[in-house]
Amino acid sequence: MSTAPGIVAIALADRLAQRARWQPVEIVFWAAAAASVFLLPGKHIILAEIAILALFALSLDLILGYAGIISLGHAAFFGFGAYCAGLLAQHHLIDEPVLALAVSGLAAAALGFATSFLVLRGSDLTRLMVTLGVALMLREIANRFDALTGGADGLQGITIAPVLGRFAFDITGHAAYVYALAVTFLLFLAARRLVHSPFGLSLRSVKGNPLRAAAIGISVNARLVAIYTVAAGYAGIAGALLTQISAFCSLDVFSFDRSADLLLVLIIGGTGYLYGGLIGAVLFKLMQDWLATMTPQYWQFWIGLVLVAIVLVGRQRMAGWLYCARGLVPDMLRRR
Amino acid sequence: MQRTKLVPMLAAIAAAFTLGTSHAQVKVGLILPMTGQQASTGKQIEAAVKLYMQQKGDTVAGKKIELIVKDDGAVPDNTKRIAQELIVNDKVNFIAGFGVTPAALAAAPLATQAKVPLIVMAAGTSIITERSPYIVRTSFTLAQSSVIIADWAAKNGIKKVVTLVSDYAPGADAQKSFSERFVKAGGTVAAELKVPLAVPDFSPVLQRARDEKPDALFVFVPSGQGGTFVKQFIERGLDKAGIRLIGPGDVTDDDLLNGMGDQVIGTVTAHMYSAVHPSPTNKAFVDAFRKANNNLRPNFMAVGGYDGMHLIYEALKKTNGSTDGDALIGAMKGMAWESPRGPISIDPETRDIVQNIYIRKVEKVGGELYNVEFATVNAVKDPVKAEKK
Repeated sequence: MSTAPGIVAIALADRLAQRARWQPVEIVFWAAAAASVFLLPGKHIILAEIAILALFALSLDLILGYAGIISLGHAAFFGFGAYCAGLLAQHHLIDEPVLALAVSGLAAAALGFATSFLVLRGSDLTRLMVTLGVALMLREIANRFDALTGGADGLQGITIAPVLGRFAFDITGHAAYVYALAVTFLLFLAARRLVHSPFGLSLRSVKGNPLRAAAIGISVNARLVAIYTVAAGYAGIAGALLTQISAFCSLDVFSFDRSADLLLVLIIGGTGYLYGGLIGAVLFKLMQDWLATMTPQYWQFWIGLVLVAIVLVGRQRMAGWLYCARGLVPDMLRRR
Repeated sequence: MQRTKLVPMLAAIAAAFTLGTSHAQVKVGLILPMTGQQASTGKQIEAAVKLYMQQKGDTVAGKKIELIVKDDGAVPDNTKRIAQELIVNDKVNFIAGFGVTPAALAAAPLATQAKVPLIVMAAGTSIITERSPYIVRTSFTLAQSSVIIADWAAKNGIKKVVTLVSDYAPGADAQKSFSERFVKAGGTVAAELKVPLAVPDFSPVLQRARDEKPDALFVFVPSGQGGTFVKQFIERGLDKAGIRLIGPGDVTDDDLLNGMGDQVIGTVTAHMYSAVHPSPTNKAFVDAFRKANNNLRPNFMAVGGYDGMHLIYEALKKTNGSTDGDALIGAMKGMAWESPRGPISIDPETRDIVQNIYIRKVEKVGGELYNVEFATVNAVKDPVKAEKK
């Protein structure tokens, strides 16, 4: 009798380990990303933006998909990191981009830590308001201190030193893309490790039911603070990347639109499996770019229409159809 | 989950990345705010540029002009990426447009790097043309009209003024130029107020302005915000308190003026263009513009776009179709022509525009509100750059 729980535990551990293992599709995904460096040299400018958006979305997925914290102000950390990187470069405090990136990420993480206590309070609706408020406040602060930030005119005249002293950012965007993709990939690896760790699993249980999670000995608040801090750091690094590759930074990094777009990215891609943000970012940016080229005046209408369609039809159902078509229904049911 | 989403994603990437290019063309990348608060600027300029191409044909010096219109929503980060993509991928020979100053400033380093002429058709801060030797402007500078209206106010019994501007570079330019000139002429500036560029609510600052009891309120808000401003100005009863409204002509923008109501009659502004500028060139322009755009009245932004396109055409004629950046900029320097707004030229030293500034008063003409010009200051150069010499 005493072995039965042991067997269950082993089977469970086995299953979790299986989940953490690299799937062939994941390898294909990253191989495709790496191949784009060589195969699509003419598209590196937009690809770099996609990589940054993907990293930013990954950051939101960490708190939304794994810890269930909904945020409408994630741009606060993105913008904070962006301005940090901009100011570091402008005043030649840290010229080396990689180091500046790390420092900006840490600064954003510190801000995330400080504001995480606000987010712990209340329900989803309160969280929406609090996160939105923090982003609006930061935007206004950046606007007020225009001697430092340039106000509505943006941070002008930044020059970014070559990455690792060797790879200079140029107008073609090659260095920018490789840099952004490499950073995104490395941080993705870290995030992947994190969510499959016992810490990540405990987050899932917190998301599922905080009361029960607390009852089995998980310190709910500490976990939420930790993941919020990590996610803020990720967002800060994404913002810093944007500043570095565009050698420019404006109040727009804090804008509500940016936070809202990010949620859309996750709605398109799906949450809670890390790739949602990445796939969503690719689809969202390409759709935006394509529609804006087709109809510069009314592209927002079409984006809206597509989003409504996606939500109405439902991603789950779309995914379901695909599974059905392939006769993989049992697999889908098991995962649910 | 992963598998099902990856397949359509990869297909989408492949579909999105199909390209096509061709030769013997001159490409003009037009970057404008077609969405958002500054959308009216984009609409006016695009319409004017297309009108010019329709009137003059799309072939110059044996080259076919291809226009690529992109929306940046007046967000400088977007402007910069779009400009970079246009230069690198589409291999454009000109980048033009630029609805707001931050957008133009963000793109300036790219013009220098790629040696591509950058034509500013809208943005009005003095420093823009100093940011790259490849920038030429066909719009205006805020300082041009602010200085002229300061002179006019000082001479017309206005002694105490409160200034109210949008809090970004052109606003600062307008405020500074006006205040310096007005104080020098013996006036006093009681308060210098600023409103955020985005989401402007003017009521608190209007109350402050009213409390100061000035003779006049000097106002600069970007094109497109004038309607909201005047509405709140009247709602707060500043007109009834005997406070006159003066400023550069952005606030009584032709695009919105007719909807502002009769209370704006008598507002005096200084600007480089009014749709009722009395010249045959302007009449032809306004008629053609209205005809092509569902009776839309062209504003000063439209004229900036129309003249910008003229500049591109004439420069290409001068270089015989050569698209070398230095040759084109050389050809543009000192070029002079008759624009719908009157005679204009490109200052060979600063690549900025030299134009007449008109003092106008809002009046009713044929049942519609217009800025009627009643005095002209000829060939005004940008005062900020003139002062630096």
